[in-house]
Amino acid sequence: MAERTATIASRVGLHARPAAIFAEAAGDLDLEVTIALEGEPADEALDASSILSLMGLGAEYGTTVVLRADGEGAEAALDRLVEILETDHDAE
Amino acid sequence: MSRSFAGVGVSAGRVIGPVRRMPHPIAAPADGAPLPGGTSAEQESARLADAARTVAAGLRERAAAATGDAADVLKATALMASDKTLLKAAVKLVDSGTCAESAIWEAADAVATQLTALGGYMAERATDVLDVRARIVAELRGVPAPGIPDAEEPFVLCAADLAPADTATLDPARVLALVTSDGGPQSHTAIVARSLGLPAIVAAPGTMDLADGDVVFVDGIDGTVVRDPGAEEAALAAAYAARIPLPDFTGQGRLRDGHRVPLLANVGSGADAVEAAAAGAEGVGLLRTEFCFLGRDTEPSAEEQVRAYRAVFEAFDGSKVVVRTLDAGADKPLPFLTDTTEPNPALGVRGYRTDTAVPGVLERQLAAIAEAAQGTGAEVWTMAPMISTPTEAAAFAARCAAAGLRTPGVMVEVPSAAVMARHVVSEVAFASIGTNDLTQYTMAADRQLGPLAEFNDPWQPAVLHLIQTTCEGGAAAAGGPRPVGVCGEAAADPALAVVLVGLGVSTLSMNRRALPAVAAILGTVDRSDAQRIARRALGAGSADEARTLVRAELPDLDAYGL
Repeated sequence: MAERTATIASRVGLHARPAAIFAEAAGDLDLEVTIALEGEPADEALDASSILSLMGLGAEYGTTVVLRADGEGAEAALDRLVEILETDHDAE
Repeated sequence: MSRSFAGVGVSAGRVIGPVRRMPHPIAAPADGAPLPGGTSAEQESARLADAARTVAAGLRERAAAATGDAADVLKATALMASDKTLLKAAVKLVDSGTCAESAIWEAADAVATQLTALGGYMAERATDVLDVRARIVAELRGVPAPGIPDAEEPFVLCAADLAPADTATLDPARVLALVTSDGGPQSHTAIVARSLGLPAIVAAPGTMDLADGDVVFVDGIDGTVVRDPGAEEAALAAAYAARIPLPDFTGQGRLRDGHRVPLLANVGSGADAVEAAAAGAEGVGLLRTEFCFLGRDTEPSAEEQVRAYRAVFEAFDGSKVVVRTLDAGADKPLPFLTDTTEPNPALGVRGYRTDTAVPGVLERQLAAIAEAAQGTGAEVWTMAPMISTPTEAAAFAARCAAAGLRTPGVMVEVPSAAVMARHVVSEVAFASIGTNDLTQYTMAADRQLGPLAEFNDPWQPAVLHLIQTTCEGGAAAAGGPRPVGVCGEAAADPALAVVLVGLGVSTLSMNRRALPAVAAILGTVDRSDAQRIARRALGAGSADEARTLVRAELPDLDAYGL
């Protein structure tokens, strides 16, 4: 199981455009990726490609989240997703 | 076979195009309805997944064709349609024996409820989830998706009525005109059409018969729709397309002989005021102060009010700003001020009357207006809505004086104030006629009812006569003549503006978008013309007759496509 932490860099938090960008990227992968707030149990982690789940996650600017994925290419995939989370999409 | 339909023209323009009807809203499926006979849960789940996929693909396609915010919204909605968590929840219900429509309905409802509970931005996304749900159900049922139709070429949108949610994504590049069988001149359809510059007709009952693909001529000036138009209609549409562009409003309203008619704007916020100033408005003839109060549970603080009013005053430094004190009640209820159990809200404790029911709010508002006025260069006038008697007018004038506001006035919208205009206006410094409500009360016709649209027409001779009475009252006021302005929709009608000036109205205040048209037409007549035209209008026996007579005297209306 590959695991990464990331800190939300978008000013609006993981909502709106940043959430859509992230969910789309997670959905494009062949692996299943989960996301959870740091400190929350892994078995309650949510589907990172589910925009509706992301909306319920309540990840604000500066929050740390944990991404988890299993399988071939998991490390690289999570690196890519971390990059997305740690980019301030509001600045675009 | 040509067929003509009559309605109320609410936004000018003459176009020809194909009809696309607004689809019926998607009705909720029965709660927990079972799998269709002979279908397994697996088959039904597959059907549901297919429908969701199709909806998502359709939304992605539209997102690719859109730009900016619209593209973002469509992309996010596409993601919702393909959301695995939502689908999983729905499939669980299908597995327990529920049909696809009911399953997705319930699953999406749960998500929407969750989002609403989170409040703020999340709660707003609940609407998007419900929209996606409706699209998936439409796909499952094989009926058109809800919302504005997607068509290759520009079309005439026809509906029973249009709600704000329907028109939020209306693109004027793809929609030629709006036609509704219901609705009235103040309806949302009218407002949206005017703001987008689209021809529109409302209250045209026969148009429910128009079907997708029918070719129609829509005349937003005369209020007629013609199915299968002929050469005559084609010529009218061509003439409109070739209309002379309206000159920009240079900032000084005048008749042809130089007689000044200041043209001001009706605004409802600081942002509005800035736009109105940019459009050349010579001042604010109506500052609707409700923006400070609506959507709240409690009265705004003094600081909030001062800040809000000051934003408007600063946009009109050196110009006149007429502030209307809080006009709550009827279609603008306020929980801390008005009683929604009233049997006839339009005839209830509204506007100035709320001061007796809930004393203090008006006093604090006047104090805030006075404070905001200090240190700004605007010339602040203050008026009260719904003044019904000379006694009320005098009482309001005294309130203003106590607050340090030097120019008190009244709105004339209750017929009694028009009938007793001389006595009422003698108590104050000015009057402003609110033609929307004056028409409603004079004709005893609810502004919000489509079937009564014909009565809610400021061209109604009875209304014109009361405007005349009001102007005469202002001219004969004790201690010297008082100016009488108009701040209702009537002022935005270029033909009616000529009549108003002819009746003695000294200033006109309107939606800023109407300034160029009104200025252009006023500039084509001398004062004596305006007075003669007004007399003709007063002699008419019906609103239609008045309008026709006046239009015949103002050929520039057609030249400008007004």
